[in-house]
Amino acid sequence: MRTADFRTPEIGLDSTAHEARLKRLWETSPGIKGFFTTVDHKEIGKRYIVTAFAFLALGGIEALVMRLQLAGPDLTLLTPEQYNELFSMHGVSMIFLYASPILSGFSNYLWPLLLGSRDMAFPRLNALSYWIYLASGLFLYAGFFTGNGPNDGWFNYVPYALRDFNPGMNQDFYALGIVLLGISTTVGAANFIVTVFRTRAPGMSLNRLPIMVWGTLTASVANLLVIPSVSLAFFLLWLDRQFATQFFDPNAGGQPLLWQHLFWIFGHPWVYAIVLPAMGMVSDGLPVFCRRPLVGYSLVALSTVATMLLGFGVWVHHMFATGLPSLGLSFFSGASIAIVVPSAVAVFAWLATIWLGRPVITTAFLFFSSMILLFVIGGVSGFMTASVPVDWQLTDTYFVVAHIHYVLIGINVFPVLGATYFWFPKMTGRMLDERLGRWNFWLTFIGFNLAFLPMHLTGLFGMPRRVYTYAPDMGWDTLNLITTIGSFVLGLGILLFIVNVMKSLRTGERAGANPWGASTLEWATSSPPPPFNFAVIPTVASRHPLWEDQLGEESAKSSIDRGMLLASGKETIGTSPLDAAPDMILEMPEDSITPFLLALGTTILFVGMLLKTWGVVAAGGALATLALIAWLWPRQALREREPAHG
Amino acid sequence: MNAFPLGYLDAAGRRAATVLPLTWAVIVISVLVSLVIAIVLWRAVTRGRLNGGAVETRSVPITRTGNGIRWIGIGLVISAVPLLVTLVWTMITLAHASGPPQDSALTLDVTPRQWWWEVRYPGNSPDEAFATANEIHIPTGVPVLVRLHGGDVIHSFWVPKLTGKTDAIPGQTNLSWMQADAPGRYRGQCTEFCGFQHARMGFEVVAQPRDEFDRWRAQQLKGASPAQSEGAQRGLQLVEYRCGLCHQVRGTSAGARSAPDLTHLMSRRTIAAGTLLNNSGNLAGWIQDPQGVKPGSLMPNQYLSARELNDVLAYLETLQ
Amino acid sequence: MAEAVADRELVVADTGSLPVGPVGRHGLGSWGVAMLIAGEGALFAFLLFSYYYTGANAPPGWLLEPEPTLTLALPNTILLIASSFAAWFGEHNILRQRRRGALLGFGAAFVMGVAFAIVQVFEWLSKSYRFGTSSYASLYFVTTGFHMAHVVVGIVVLAAIFAWTALDYFSPRRRLSVSAGVLYWHFVDVVWLFVFTTFYVTPYLGFGQ
Repeated sequence: MRTADFRTPEIGLDSTAHEARLKRLWETSPGIKGFFTTVDHKEIGKRYIVTAFAFLALGGIEALVMRLQLAGPDLTLLTPEQYNELFSMHGVSMIFLYASPILSGFSNYLWPLLLGSRDMAFPRLNALSYWIYLASGLFLYAGFFTGNGPNDGWFNYVPYALRDFNPGMNQDFYALGIVLLGISTTVGAANFIVTVFRTRAPGMSLNRLPIMVWGTLTASVANLLVIPSVSLAFFLLWLDRQFATQFFDPNAGGQPLLWQHLFWIFGHPWVYAIVLPAMGMVSDGLPVFCRRPLVGYSLVALSTVATMLLGFGVWVHHMFATGLPSLGLSFFSGASIAIVVPSAVAVFAWLATIWLGRPVITTAFLFFSSMILLFVIGGVSGFMTASVPVDWQLTDTYFVVAHIHYVLIGINVFPVLGATYFWFPKMTGRMLDERLGRWNFWLTFIGFNLAFLPMHLTGLFGMPRRVYTYAPDMGWDTLNLITTIGSFVLGLGILLFIVNVMKSLRTGERAGANPWGASTLEWATSSPPPPFNFAVIPTVASRHPLWEDQLGEESAKSSIDRGMLLASGKETIGTSPLDAAPDMILEMPEDSITPFLLALGTTILFVGMLLKTWGVVAAGGALATLALIAWLWPRQALREREPAHG
Repeated sequence: MNAFPLGYLDAAGRRAATVLPLTWAVIVISVLVSLVIAIVLWRAVTRGRLNGGAVETRSVPITRTGNGIRWIGIGLVISAVPLLVTLVWTMITLAHASGPPQDSALTLDVTPRQWWWEVRYPGNSPDEAFATANEIHIPTGVPVLVRLHGGDVIHSFWVPKLTGKTDAIPGQTNLSWMQADAPGRYRGQCTEFCGFQHARMGFEVVAQPRDEFDRWRAQQLKGASPAQSEGAQRGLQLVEYRCGLCHQVRGTSAGARSAPDLTHLMSRRTIAAGTLLNNSGNLAGWIQDPQGVKPGSLMPNQYLSARELNDVLAYLETLQ
Repeated sequence: MAEAVADRELVVADTGSLPVGPVGRHGLGSWGVAMLIAGEGALFAFLLFSYYYTGANAPPGWLLEPEPTLTLALPNTILLIASSFAAWFGEHNILRQRRRGALLGFGAAFVMGVAFAIVQVFEWLSKSYRFGTSSYASLYFVTTGFHMAHVVVGIVVLAAIFAWTALDYFSPRRRLSVSAGVLYWHFVDVVWLFVFTTFYVTPYLGFGQ
């Protein structure tokens, strides 16, 4: 049977029969089969979110144990070796296994809904990125739980990471685990880029994209380009350790600073990649609770891109003490001061949105608005370290620890918590409890500031980082005790968050399609959305389709109820990159086991490399290759090949 | 601020003092900015507030009023001022603080190792050279050049009251410098994570008037005095046989260089890289059980008998 | 909900006839392989950065081959360029619906790719140094090694394209797999030009001496 090569999509209204047909086409098989084969972005997004929160909890427990050890001077709760593995694993868990995946999870879940589409551009690639993320997290924690966790910080400088000084398997777990994770993040980034440029609802031109989409897009382009740098660094480290190559060992012409350059060329853009999408979530969520559109949309979108671009040019500010010539240091110092400007745009836009709006205080609003202050505090401490001579005193002290926690918790965790309160109803059909939410917020806010505000002083008074203990006559005792107490209050706040989520999943108040009266397309579907997202592909005429009536500003009105039906198969619409004009009907893949198998094969390959057992490497490689060939085999349903000739 | 030996909000030397005004300026700017934003945020949130949940949120209609872009414009213009000031001031301070100065009166070779500081005074000729560990003496009022050599892994040299941090990286020589305005003891600390005992890798810089410094240097140049008492002589034998596997005591056959030079051990105020005060109780405890004081340290526990320990201490106490 | 304001027009995308699935080179797969090329290109950029950084900071004598021999490498480079031409030829024939010509092109590209790999292995074995000898040696082997890995993948891709062409899967309209695979092969070729220039040409221009 030859199906049509061209078709004019039927335009119409939704109907029960139409929805039933779409449901049959799009829903995942139930049970175990569906669990391993689903390519539904909503399923994958939820898995990412749950897994990332689990790593947040693990990383948090690691921190609390460290804070017990540091509550007073000369304590002996932990040995130096245990402490070093804890602080390293804390960094790895938070920065690699929580901060980026949580944003990938929200983006994965929300993007097709925000964009008016039925799935991401590459659904199977989406599934692959989750399975590999899970595998890498398990791989890294297998090291940690067997006493072979990373032990040289998350930044892992050489020569300490080389075999001579680090003979155990700790570094091998870390190096290979991160290379494995890098595959997940890279394919995820590619998926986001293609999705935003090719699968938006008609009419959603670039200047109508939600800021969260700008944030994740920017982060994805950056990740695609810089993750190879860190993957290469870790791979070269593994080679130096296991095959006696000479990349980093100065005794044979290697360069220890090469590690730092490769690491920070990745590392600095990475820290923007883990906050820009979260800032986008604030830019999209905060206006809903201010009952007005975001102030300065275009400036905020542009500043997102500008921040990331500048972010490629500041990495040496992590290396100011390494003896580089002053001329080079001056350039990076200047760039690091300049980057404050685009960041400031978002802050003023948010403040203006609140001031000129009519704020309604809900838990989500509290998280979204308080983060503005935490952002600024983190931002100014960063500004302080941007000045080279000042940094020569501040760097490697607890001042930097205060800075990074204000920017990471303030610009990632607080927005994520707010985003959960905001989008939980959409994902689950239930509201999170507001009263419990207030307790959650205040304990988290007070605990966080109690723990980390004094830490600026601890750093100014000279306490170095990455120390398992400290002497009693340094003037740091009381400050450390306060920080420890604050950290436990913060932990209690996060615990309440988890309690709220667990409780509300079962007994939360039921939510309709748009409980907050919000403006973007995801609120036009049911809560939770049907497997196909939109029964009818919307046409978009503004940034806030669901507010057009109230605002009365636009000359045209978005069409939500009437549009392309696209029910001849598992289909969505492909649109042009800039203006989102429809240009192709996309046939989407069915559920498939190949992503899981490819992830499994790749993981087996990495385990083989870890154990230096080449048979296992070959087996993993073979499985991965076969799975990939099966995946890429041209399929007629996807129109990748012609039908067989009779 | 002697309450904070590693604090740097006060300076005791020219290089650190150059940076201090800029440091205070950025602190003040940062605190002011944070306060202003906090106040604006508080006012914005509490202006016309409604408190509640989904129902309350939905109940407020959507409107767009006011000139929000002006906020962004004004905010950026106001922000630009401290940013520009800081940028220019940074460049000027960097030029002054970079160094090294042309007129350094003394050059030191410092090689940090896991987890102690090897300090060599090269002098003008080989017979003016000597090594010590963990305690650096300098004359006051003159710039001192510090050449930092990589020993094993990356460490960082920091004396907060005198100079900012400079890393010691294997394969290259980095330069730092310091100048103490007044006599005193200034605490230093390794500030690049270097393994198990990074936390206990401190040192002291002792600034002395020129004549005192010259006397100290002359004393350091001498080899160890011969052991007098019987106990000290027995101790010397143990030191040469056991400690000499890693340590050097000039004037004896203990000549290894992978651990601190002990020739003038008792002239130092602290032991174990600034971890313990140098008295006989601590010294005994350190020798017998270094793993108890600094777990993971490269000095193994010695398991000396009580008499052996006494003898060793008797000898070491002659190393003034 | 208030009535829609009378003079605001409801906008519904009126698309006309649209292609179903990828047509020629236009499809999501092209974007996908472009993303792959961007990422892998970045990887090679960082590999070459490592070489230039290490070389710039190295003492004299770092170059183990101050005048690298081109006897194997230059013909091999020409061979790889020719294989790109063969791959292009193969796709060109798909466009002309000439299956035999396409098989000839892909088959020739495959054979040339395998030949390149074999010659490369000979070159590695002929070096007087091993990958652990020095930082120069390590960088040489890991960079050409990564390239070799990409060649191997490319050879598998060419084999798959050959097989799928033999199975008569493709037409001028439905050929995205071919375009994507051939583009990847061209990428492997271009990367080699950068790698070749870095290791075999820049020493003659004075770098690393």
